Amino acid sequence: MNGVVRLILHRLALGALTLLAVSLVIFVGTEILPGDVAEAVLGQGATEETVNNLRKLLGLDLPAHIRYLQWLGSLLQGDLGTSLTTGKPVIEMIAPRLENTLFLAGTAALVAVPLAIGLGLVAARFQGSWLDKTISISTLAAISMPEFFVGYILIFVFAVKLRWLPSLAKLSPSMPLGDKLVLIILPCATLTLVVLAHMMRMTRAAVINVMSSPYVEMAELKGATASRIVMWHALPNALAPIITVVVLNLAYLIVGVVVVEVVFVYPGVGQLMVDNVAKRDLPVVQACGLVFAGTYTLLNMIADILSTLANPRLRHPK
Amino acid sequence: MTLRSLSFWFGASIVGFFLVIAVIGPWIAPYGESEAAGDVWLPFSHEFLLGTDSLGRDVLSRLLYGTRTTISIALIATLLSFAIGMTLGFTAAVMGGFVDQIISRAVDVLMSIPMLIFALVVLALLPSSAVILILVMAILDSTRVFRLARALALDIAVMDYVEAARLRGEGLGWVMRREVLPNALPPLISEFGLRFCFIILFLSAVSFLGVGVQPPQADWGGMVRENANAIGFGLVLPLIPAGAIFALTIAVNLLVDWQLSRSGLKRVR
Repeated sequence: MNGVVRLILHRLALGALTLLAVSLVIFVGTEILPGDVAEAVLGQGATEETVNNLRKLLGLDLPAHIRYLQWLGSLLQGDLGTSLTTGKPVIEMIAPRLENTLFLAGTAALVAVPLAIGLGLVAARFQGSWLDKTISISTLAAISMPEFFVGYILIFVFAVKLRWLPSLAKLSPSMPLGDKLVLIILPCATLTLVVLAHMMRMTRAAVINVMSSPYVEMAELKGATASRIVMWHALPNALAPIITVVVLNLAYLIVGVVVVEVVFVYPGVGQLMVDNVAKRDLPVVQACGLVFAGTYTLLNMIADILSTLANPRLRHPK
Repeated sequence: MTLRSLSFWFGASIVGFFLVIAVIGPWIAPYGESEAAGDVWLPFSHEFLLGTDSLGRDVLSRLLYGTRTTISIALIATLLSFAIGMTLGFTAAVMGGFVDQIISRAVDVLMSIPMLIFALVVLALLPSSAVILILVMAILDSTRVFRLARALALDIAVMDYVEAARLRGEGLGWVMRREVLPNALPPLISEFGLRFCFIILFLSAVSFLGVGVQPPQADWGGMVRENANAIGFGLVLPLIPAGAIFALTIAVNLLVDWQLSRSGLKRVR
């Protein structure tokens, strides 16, 4: 057991290091580019003096490494800086949005993950059937489809033609949960469709891979039913790759959510980020980028740790 | 005709069609790229085969111009991504040691940030131009090419014929070009198709979000953005360019599948 703890601690440390590197990259990414924030914000018409004043105000006259440490220091205290366009603290702008984004992505995950694993198992159980073939064709379609295509088709059919559901998901904090859920049905369905096929296909592949091992043949010879073999013998051993795929797709969900939020005018972090990219409000963009990249890194770390726990072979590194 | 060759001909004819449109599109377009030719949101008619958009421009013409813009930007970005990724990947694999460590760790860090998020952060500061868009996409995407190229070259670098070439005194460039490249080519070709699809989707997403190709220039993702409101009025307008993106990527995917099975490779994802 000691070995597992050490392996997990190792992975956690690596994750923390990655987060630090991510913060550095986001900082440097906006640092080494030609021109600076002050010029970008004020535009070409600004005089030398106003640009210099804004630079001083933003602390841009300090050397880069000091600014990074200052930025990182206040970041660790939960201070994400002040928005250039609204003058409000960035944390106040992001916090309610983040709640909405997690609500949307979380609901989509709750729908997509059980559905994908269930369908994947059924496909593995009935290998070569029409269902199995449908799954492999729909995977090809799903990876070729831009998120906004799925979103607008759903809007066109269910909101405009059938008028069953609202086309925009303009959430407000005071709404009761039931109303919120109705509003996010379409964005949720879009996200689900985007990640479903890949998860399904990988679940199927992982189970079928295990199905070719000798102990499954043994179970077959013993006379176990096909469903029992899939559920009792194949699934536990296919768990590690399935967990990895699920969490990686959740990480993908976090990115896909940006486009989906814009399609449905959903008040989440993605929409906030895109709006502020247009306004060139750098502190907000940096903070949103950090939130997304941080979540992504975290999910990747969780995927690694979970698959270590699920696979006895990985618990004993050579 | 088998199913496999059927899907090849299906994929090849769609890709061929789009490539021809990309070349001759602007010449056969009935109206100019940003010419206000009629009223706003006109339905399909003889005059405007696919109707007009929110500014009264001919949708068919913009689609034809957009095909050239989208495909050429994506193609150049993919080529550049492969040039960077393959050069660095082969170098890392053949030289190994310190060089390999530095490039590999840098790539790890870049890959720990989702590409779209990174692009949004960077494009928030940079001026909007096609060159910068291509550079950003190519550099970010080259990390994926690097991983594959390095893995392939690592397997090849330990072969006897590479050893022999090195003992003969051939230079690094010669070894990479004459020994590593030809042997790594088949998987790289199918990867090229997949990366091209990814970049088409990525470019469309970035343009859709408003930081990609800038109006009045037409591109597929931007056309979806410009006409998004039309969907609320029951018009299929934004679905037309979105459908073009879908058709092209699925066709390239069919070709990739065909190429993979022909050279006995398995698809990774």
